[in-house]
Amino acid sequence: MTHLLHLIIEPGFFGNAPVRSALVAGGLVAVVSGIVGSFAVLRGQSYAGHALADISVAGGSASFLAGVSPLWGFAGVGVLAAGVMDMIGVQRPRGRDLATGIVRGAGLGLGALFLYFDTTHTSTTGATITILFGSLFTISSSLIPVIALFSVLALGTVLVLYRPLLLSSAAAELAAARGISVRLIGAACLIAIALTVSLSALTIGAILSTALLIGPAATGLRLTSRPGLAMVWAALIGLAATWLGVLLAYDSYYWPPGRHGWPVSFFVVTLILVFYLLSPRPVRRVPG
Amino acid sequence: MFSGFMASTWEVASIVAVVAGVIGFFVVLRGAAFVADAVPQGAFTGAAAASLLGFNTLLGLAVASLAGALGISWLGRRGRRDVATALVLVVMLGLGALFLSFSSEYAPEIYSLLFGEVLGVSATEIAPVGILGGLCVVATLILFRPLLLSSLMPELAEARGVRSSRMELVFLIVLALATSMTLPVTGALLIFSLMIGPPAAARSVTSRPLPAMLLSVLAALIVVWLSIAAAYQTNWPVGFFVGSLGAVCYAVGRIWAAVRSRRSVRAAEPTAGGPGSDALAANVRV
Repeated sequence: MTHLLHLIIEPGFFGNAPVRSALVAGGLVAVVSGIVGSFAVLRGQSYAGHALADISVAGGSASFLAGVSPLWGFAGVGVLAAGVMDMIGVQRPRGRDLATGIVRGAGLGLGALFLYFDTTHTSTTGATITILFGSLFTISSSLIPVIALFSVLALGTVLVLYRPLLLSSAAAELAAARGISVRLIGAACLIAIALTVSLSALTIGAILSTALLIGPAATGLRLTSRPGLAMVWAALIGLAATWLGVLLAYDSYYWPPGRHGWPVSFFVVTLILVFYLLSPRPVRRVPG
Repeated sequence: MFSGFMASTWEVASIVAVVAGVIGFFVVLRGAAFVADAVPQGAFTGAAAASLLGFNTLLGLAVASLAGALGISWLGRRGRRDVATALVLVVMLGLGALFLSFSSEYAPEIYSLLFGEVLGVSATEIAPVGILGGLCVVATLILFRPLLLSSLMPELAEARGVRSSRMELVFLIVLALATSMTLPVTGALLIFSLMIGPPAAARSVTSRPLPAMLLSVLAALIVVWLSIAAAYQTNWPVGFFVGSLGAVCYAVGRIWAAVRSRRSVRAAEPTAGGPGSDALAANVRV
């Protein structure tokens, strides 16, 4: 029994400090991304979520250059980009992806420029890789309280606005008729998404940030038609994928080609896809 | 700037701009910005795999971008389109991270794949880029009418026997091919800036399909030429210039459309609906 357990969970898994940080920070980010991501998917803003994660990379590289903590660069630029997107019409269904793409292109261009300055002035070529792909195992435990703070902020925004946000996402006209400022609510939601993805892009890399925002949320929304329950599912699926991914990455140290583990983002992303494919296709109920 | 070693750069970049202008017109028309963004980014995986296995990078890019396009089309049939795109993108990037961790590729190599390395184009790259680019443009022109019809009026297209799902697949494949050839030049992250900025501006200026497409090619050429010249002068990454100039194109288009609609209101014309897809649809002879 212990042998089998050791086969699945390598000895020393829970005693390892980077693993513990990865489990705590990754879990936190997964839960927040699952819940906030449900709104992103409901509102058809998957692309905006992905773009914001990439753009916050620009902020990350700028902060490397300015010498401030990357956290402020990521979050600041993410929120700024969300504001620009909101201004040029990401909330309207028509031309939405186009506006998102333009902001993303300009943001990434700036990111490329900052990265170029970073690499020429400080010769930290590794910064490109760290910023783009990130790693759960390189989170310092001192970052966890800040991650928690930002998580509470993003989560608090969507939970406080839960009802009006849900109504304006599902039926904008009805929400407007009830006196809800759809525009303002939409902007608040976009900023919450920006906070979430910039945080997760910083801690787990831009790839995983998008994966955790969209994948579990889309799976949750396929599992149930009740939005609240779907969000719980999304959080659980994100959590399961992250923790299992960390476990597999830890185990993979002994897999070929050897000498170093497989990237944790690969495992998490694959697990998220598997969950999505396993979820049943939503049955469209015929009214009456 | 126009010396011998830059000659191939100018040629390849011009081919890239023409292809991006032609295909970008349909990207904007179909509202497929996310897909146009995801396919190149995912194709990056192919480059990583090719460098790991020792294959030609172009081959790796072509295989990966085709796989990405087919994956999006397959997943998109069983769920929401944007979710399918996002999932395929992250899975491809996850695979890319895996391949990268196996290989000992030097970081600047990856940086140039992501952000472009226009100044290092060799003369041997002209032929494959030219052939692939020509293929994409010819395919788009042959399918111009059905593609236009299914982008603007899917129901009417279906009624005329143009299957939307098939057109979608064809479009994705052409997009994937175009991607794999443009990627080494403009970089994975910024090809799509070229594919959406200039065409968006062109569509704001005219609502007739062919002139809009020609204008989009012209705008893409100007953006690319300016970007290369600026990158050559400053030594800054060309991606920065392409991204910014793409945004400038978009802004100019928006301002143009706004000014024109205000003028037409002042002239008390019947509201034509602006240069949107409705106006474009009105110009398509069916």
